[in-house]
Amino acid sequence: MANYIREEVLVSTDWVAQHAKDAEVRVVEVDVDTAAYEEGHVPGALGWSWRSQLCNTLVRDILSKEQFEKLMNESGIGNGTTVVIYGDSNNWFAAWAFWQMKIYGHADVRLMNGGRKKWISEGRDLETAKTEAHPTTGYHASDPDLSIRAFLPHVQEAQKAGSTVMIDVRSPQEFSGEILAPPGLPETCQRGGHIPGAHSVPWGKACNDDGTFKTYDELLALYGAEGIHAGQPVIAYCRIGERSSHTWFVLKYLLGVEDVKNYDGSWTEWGNLVGAPVEKGASSAAKA
Amino acid sequence: MKPEDYSERTVDVDGWQVRLICYQLDGQYRCTADNVSPGANLARVTAETKEAAESQALAIATEKLGRTKRHAV
Repeated sequence: MANYIREEVLVSTDWVAQHAKDAEVRVVEVDVDTAAYEEGHVPGALGWSWRSQLCNTLVRDILSKEQFEKLMNESGIGNGTTVVIYGDSNNWFAAWAFWQMKIYGHADVRLMNGGRKKWISEGRDLETAKTEAHPTTGYHASDPDLSIRAFLPHVQEAQKAGSTVMIDVRSPQEFSGEILAPPGLPETCQRGGHIPGAHSVPWGKACNDDGTFKTYDELLALYGAEGIHAGQPVIAYCRIGERSSHTWFVLKYLLGVEDVKNYDGSWTEWGNLVGAPVEKGASSAAKA
Repeated sequence: MKPEDYSERTVDVDGWQVRLICYQLDGQYRCTADNVSPGANLARVTAETKEAAESQALAIATEKLGRTKRHAV
């Protein structure tokens, strides 16, 4: 057993194979590249596009409460539905969807440990036909829980105060400023580097080679070395907020850190902001 | 349908690590290429053979990685 603090938010591929078509369960694949879903998905799984269905397409923001309720109703998800999310890129965008569902108070949402990659590597059934949802009505979202989301003013205050551990989960080369976006992707910032004082803990350090999460003890050692413990306020960020939602999930649910926020503005906000301080190279936190 | 012949390997492209994940589904080979660190997807192709799928995915990844600039720190 991995001994996570909130083990109920994680299900195995075995569990999904057995329960994907249960009446009270809805499995959803979330990708940035929807061609992945079309290529083949867990039988019965719905497909959500991170770009067009989980973001406000007119304002840089998550869905509004009304948009979120509409998506749930169109997906046939009720307030009591068990929603199991998985996706490509080791569940980055699945974790974003999980985070957003928690912002709007969905009670039972879980990630499939290992995501799409593990399902395929195990040779499990895939279906190519798009799953048609059975729309419902009456989904009621809670008012947004902003205790798990960091906006720029809060991040600026926290950076100045130095009382919050800032975790940069991008690659070491993005952190140092050597590259301005993940290799092969367009540059999306004016300045490279990181928020002064941030700790570099690339998201992938939380995962095994097969994409599953490391054990509680391994995660505790990894993040504990950066000064993170259950009572320590933490803000996680990356480039656009999806990798950091993965780390947010690890800290919040697997390790039980009470006050952890995902800064979804991330480096595409901070690295383009006039007047924002930037640190290059190694972290001053590491030098201290 | 079940995916078969799953494989995963990492190659070096001009100093960048690229992971190729390939499998056969419904008689065709699917291959994705990602940049390992951090793991962002660079290419997704379908071809008749594994060699062709890997080659095409690698070509797309190489072209994209060629546009990545390294900045002085």
